[in-house]
Amino acid sequence: MKRKLDIAPFVSSIVAILCGLIIGFIILLISNNKEAVPGFATILSGPVAHGMKGIGQVFYYATPLILCGLSVGFAFKTGLFNIGGSGQFLMGAFGGVLVGLTMDNLGPMQWVVALLFATLLGALWGAIPGILKAYFNVNEVITCIMLNYIALFWVNMTVKGSDVLFNTLRNESKDIPKVSTIPKLGLDVIFDGSSVNSGIIIAIVAAIVLYIVLEKTTFGYELKACGFNKVASKYAGINENRSIVMSMLIAGAICGLAGGIMLLSGTGRHIEVKDVIPNEGFNGISVALLGISNPIGIIFSGLFIAYLTAGGFYLQLFHFSKEIIDIIIAVIIYFSAFALIIKMLMSKFSKKPPERELIAAQKALHDVEMKDKKEKEV
Amino acid sequence: MEEYAIEMRNITLSFNRKVANDNVTLKLRKGEVHALLGENGAGKSTLMSVLFGLYHADSGEIYVNGKKEEIDGPVKAGKLGIGMVHQHFKLVHNFTVLENIVLGIEETKGGILQLSDARKRVLELCEKYKFDLDPDAKIEDITVGMQQRTEILKMLFRNNNIMIFDEPTAVLTPQEIEEFMIMVKNLKAEGKSILFISHKLDEIKQVADRCTILRRGKCIATVDVADVTKEELSEMMVGRKVSLKVDKKDANPQKVILEVNDLYVAGEKGHKDKVRGVSFNVRSGEIVCIAGIDGNGQSELIKGITGIKPIKSGSIKIDGEEFTNKSIRYKNTHGISHIPEDRHRDGLILDYNMAKNMVFQQYFEKAFSNCGFLKNKEIIEYTQKQIDNYDIRSLSGPYSVARSMSGGNQQKVIVAREMSKPHKLMIAVQPTRGLDVGAIEYIHKEIVKLRDNGIAVLLVSFELEEVMSLADRILVMFEGEIVGEFKDIKNLDLNELGLYMAGGKRMNMKEVA
Repeated sequence: MKRKLDIAPFVSSIVAILCGLIIGFIILLISNNKEAVPGFATILSGPVAHGMKGIGQVFYYATPLILCGLSVGFAFKTGLFNIGGSGQFLMGAFGGVLVGLTMDNLGPMQWVVALLFATLLGALWGAIPGILKAYFNVNEVITCIMLNYIALFWVNMTVKGSDVLFNTLRNESKDIPKVSTIPKLGLDVIFDGSSVNSGIIIAIVAAIVLYIVLEKTTFGYELKACGFNKVASKYAGINENRSIVMSMLIAGAICGLAGGIMLLSGTGRHIEVKDVIPNEGFNGISVALLGISNPIGIIFSGLFIAYLTAGGFYLQLFHFSKEIIDIIIAVIIYFSAFALIIKMLMSKFSKKPPERELIAAQKALHDVEMKDKKEKEV
Repeated sequence: MEEYAIEMRNITLSFNRKVANDNVTLKLRKGEVHALLGENGAGKSTLMSVLFGLYHADSGEIYVNGKKEEIDGPVKAGKLGIGMVHQHFKLVHNFTVLENIVLGIEETKGGILQLSDARKRVLELCEKYKFDLDPDAKIEDITVGMQQRTEILKMLFRNNNIMIFDEPTAVLTPQEIEEFMIMVKNLKAEGKSILFISHKLDEIKQVADRCTILRRGKCIATVDVADVTKEELSEMMVGRKVSLKVDKKDANPQKVILEVNDLYVAGEKGHKDKVRGVSFNVRSGEIVCIAGIDGNGQSELIKGITGIKPIKSGSIKIDGEEFTNKSIRYKNTHGISHIPEDRHRDGLILDYNMAKNMVFQQYFEKAFSNCGFLKNKEIIEYTQKQIDNYDIRSLSGPYSVARSMSGGNQQKVIVAREMSKPHKLMIAVQPTRGLDVGAIEYIHKEIVKLRDNGIAVLLVSFELEEVMSLADRILVMFEGEIVGEFKDIKNLDLNELGLYMAGGKRMNMKEVA
């Protein structure tokens, strides 16, 4: 008896992607039918056509997508919906900027400490809804959304109020000094001209670590058990409250890490003092959905969406507005939300009977065989 | 020639060359109650799916009221006057009884729902069949028995003359079963043809005229129920002799293992306590059975003992050790094994595979984990051993997802898990609920074996038959209190026991203790 791989979710993601691309093409046709074909070709080949720079850019875009996707996916695997990724991301960004600008006596360790502090603040921001959910039964979705706003206004207030952090001319946080940006590890040489840095490596390592935690450890076993069935987990003596808090804490930490990495990558990104919630956390939901919450799947879905985003950038060469790519991505996500329907259609077409029936049938067959054997022996 | 309400002739259906129904013939006479008997997985549900057009049979024909019909779906079946009450009711929980009844055939005028005519008919039907049912009550607020009556009304409202009941009594309390049986007889008197799917022999004897027995997809026989004994029926169903009586020696109780003292468990907010001042003990080597009608605090008592629900006051000792305020994990690892009430809700993670469920109480132990990492190889090997020991059947062995397994085999996973871990007290709540005779016999034997090995067994069951055949001592629970204790099981008067269960009589428990 061998372990079977369930490919249905994978296939449904692929179908979602194809549907999204087809509708994207139709939108291109409607807006400018003469340029539609080359435009569409650009979306698909854009980043690659621009050589190593394009590919490096994909990795750069993918970094926060993968991390925030991991955060949402991890929480989802344990039965929680982390819609507070943006707030956690912002807190992480703030933590990174704070250490990056102020603690300049740390030398080469400054970026490490900055990232750790970013992760810590993100974890704190994730743990709050976790604690409220576990001990006061407050729905995590509501607290997460509220904490997004609290993070936004608190960060704005603090940055604006600090002479060390605030650049009054540009109404944003000051530039991060070169020493505290995260290293490029030679990636900038391979992918010449792009903004890629070692953040992508951190993201992929994080995905692998989370995969191992979920699949191979007793801790992951407990977290997932709570996500699947709280009552039974309690019966088995698992501390469900602790699991909820830990799960949200880890989810928050990953988003915080993403925030730190983005702000410390030295690509001119700042905390802008605006009343706009960063969209990284919400993008994470899409990535997690497309990657069916599987850490390894999320690496690929993050890369894929980053690829489309980078391709969409070049779409402007054909007089399309780059928002079209956002529509295409949105359609893909929309269809991956229909994954269930697609799965259902698949099972209908393959006409597979429910497994239970199969077992019954197998049992019957087994018994007949045994009977035959016995009769032969007689 | 006699005319049948339903005739299914020579139905054969196979999935991927595996036969689920093999040349099955089922004939339902007009105006009779016909039982369809078979073990879990014998092909009863598949046969009904064929009748309702959910599966298309490879060969065979279906006649309804003497006419050959091609049934391509439930809608067609409904048009032919066939209605079915599923084991898990198909009701909309936040709709009223009336809304559920008209759902799908509701009358509208200019897009607005017209319920007054329907209400009049439903009230008439309620009157005629003596249903005590408020058409405006919401489904989520009424009892399971009333929900079932709603399902029956649904069929009556649609003038269905052929009624199929899929294991109708599995979810009912003893009194509701009683009422249901009367209802079936009334419906029969009205001339309805009834197909009754069950594996409870008592009920079949009580209410059915004829019975068709399926075993492993094959039709074994169709018999007049009056002509056969229960033992013969069960033998036909299982394919071998099954002892309905549990073979056991007299108990030899030793030292006290479980000591419960003046236990109180709170009910829901605003309600009175569910367990009120319960004291008893269980010795090693005896089976103590808590009898009573469902909902009299048995479930809360067990949850209080195992720690799943906090207790209000009182104390619990295991083998002399104070257990009252210990964590669930501590209790699970220091002497208590627990086969829970509801295997889907409490006992299993349905999305985990069998191996992961098999170590659900032990995954953190040295044998199965190392520095926080699960030892997958050991877990699989251990599960394989358990599969062999307990004859657990599934499609892909240790890798089978629990959800895909049949109820009996799911229960075997729990039984195997709880029996194999070291324990002094086994708490089993409804351990055979929804299982077929073969599996029940097996689990009963295992429980007696435990007792003989010196384990203290506390059994909660709502089935009197189970209580009577397993218990060495019976405690009767009524409204959260223990109202009677019986030690001489062999000479116990069932009517007497029933009186205690219904609250008509009580002993002074202080005297008994």
